[in-house]
Amino acid sequence: MTILNKHFKPYVYLAVPLALMAIFFFYPLFLTFKMSLFDYSHELYTPEFTGVGNYMRLFASAPFWQAAGNTLVFMLGVVPAMMVLPIVLAVLVNGKLKGMAFFRTLIYLPVVVSMVVVGLAWKWMYAKDGIINYGLSLLHIPPVDWLVNPDVALYAVMIVVVWKGLAYYMMMYLAQLQSVPKALYDAAKIDGASTLATHWHVTLPHLRPTLLLVAIISTIGSLKVFTEIYVMTGGGPIGSTRTLVYYIYEQAFENLDLGLASAAGLLLMGVLLVLSLIQIRYFQQLDDTPKPSRHQKAGTLETEAGESHHA
Amino acid sequence: MLKKSLHYALLTALVIASVGPFLWLLFTAIKSGDENIFNPAQFLPQKPTLANFSETWNKVSMGSYMLNSVVVAILTVGFNLVFSTLAAYPLARMQFTGQKGVFLVILSTMMIPFQVIMIPLYLIVLKAGLTDNTMLGPGWPPIHVWAGLIIPFAISGFGIFFVRQALVGLPKELEESAVLDGCNSVQVLLKVLLPLIKPTLATLAVFTFMASWGEFLWPSILLSEEKHFTLPVGLVYLQGTFSSNWRIIAAGTVLSMLPIISFFLILQRYFVSGTLSGSVKG
Repeated sequence: MTILNKHFKPYVYLAVPLALMAIFFFYPLFLTFKMSLFDYSHELYTPEFTGVGNYMRLFASAPFWQAAGNTLVFMLGVVPAMMVLPIVLAVLVNGKLKGMAFFRTLIYLPVVVSMVVVGLAWKWMYAKDGIINYGLSLLHIPPVDWLVNPDVALYAVMIVVVWKGLAYYMMMYLAQLQSVPKALYDAAKIDGASTLATHWHVTLPHLRPTLLLVAIISTIGSLKVFTEIYVMTGGGPIGSTRTLVYYIYEQAFENLDLGLASAAGLLLMGVLLVLSLIQIRYFQQLDDTPKPSRHQKAGTLETEAGESHHA
Repeated sequence: MLKKSLHYALLTALVIASVGPFLWLLFTAIKSGDENIFNPAQFLPQKPTLANFSETWNKVSMGSYMLNSVVVAILTVGFNLVFSTLAAYPLARMQFTGQKGVFLVILSTMMIPFQVIMIPLYLIVLKAGLTDNTMLGPGWPPIHVWAGLIIPFAISGFGIFFVRQALVGLPKELEESAVLDGCNSVQVLLKVLLPLIKPTLATLAVFTFMASWGEFLWPSILLSEEKHFTLPVGLVYLQGTFSSNWRIIAAGTVLSMLPIISFFLILQRYFVSGTLSGSVKG
């Protein structure tokens, strides 16, 4: 009895979670594969088998390529910004100044607030007679049609996404910064290195692993961008902000072209899969190296924030 | 001294850039009808009023949005904690055949974005009658709608992974002495292991709550009846309905932010530790 018990116990614990994953994850995934092989565009309820037909239609579709191109532009703009700008922020909030915990809290706020709220706030600020154009007018710059001009809209959305994500990555860099041995900075000081040179030669090399992680996470995030587009531009003007996920959404839930949408989803998955494999490898490295656990690190961060508060 | 002042100046600028848009929303929300809400030279409201809030509350079902969001977020958090723990426990603390395979299967779900499975998932949920255009129970509470909203997020590969990582790190002696004291595996889990990973569970809870609170894509697909909307869907609806009245829209967004911001201010440290776990954000 005990032997039986011992053998079955792990599966008893795993049964419900795995069953749920099977029903609500792997079964739909299988259906996506299946649906991508059927053409729903003529008969929604009796789709016709079409093999790779949906993929052929995708590759021949201009809106699909436009969406893919927009997603690429989005990624190329957002990812480097997310990798570099938060480092500057992290250095700024790393000092031991009075009230630093307070500053960090407020700077982190955009991460916490939902994307819909952020999108609405910026839509309001981007308005023709909104606060941003008002600011420009003070500098004698003519107003910009932020979300209306097809040449500008995508960049306007990218600015919002970067703005919302900065503090998230800042915190990741901050944790890494606080693990730089202090002796290295002391040595640099003795050698008479300038602040900039110290950061270049000491801080930056230390941040390399975080840099990679940020690159991967922000790439995956940019590939999945949807809500900000939906709220601010609805994919327009003239498709200039339509991203891949937005395209999938439109094909599936507006045009009811489920096969085409599934095929596009699987292509997106292919790209993400490669990126995620790299991420998992990164997680495994973390797993293998005997570092302090992550929440211990967070503990340190908290204490330091507290300390600087009382300093 | 100069360096310190410069540092403070830069930090202040950062704070203004981070909080400014929300303040602009807040000030717009409390401006009265005859004030100019466009001219930022009148950034501060001259005659602050709460009228916009009551108007928002009365014109759309803001109370229902709030309730739906709270129920869905809390239940999503609860399910995630339970299922993540259930799956992580054997993966971290037991040895069994197929262990590595099961772990890889769970990890693989982290790599596949929700957007890829959402179409068939919608069809499944539709067939199960868990959307709001079914004949199932038109009354209140809309349990079937809540179920539909929660189901895709009730369990996550990331949650399981996150709890497993915490459990793996605990020393083996803890369990051994508990077993000697006559504890069975459930007691070991509840009395010995879980109390030790409370910060991890809190972090997972906070991040799941934040994700659920902000989730837009799935509820926007699922919901068609206004009384079933969650806050993000409701805010978009509010914007569509009162496209020109920014006072009302701003008031709605401010109301929707209050719970999550207070939550954040109280539980800050767990938000930070969640960030450090490198969780993939939505």
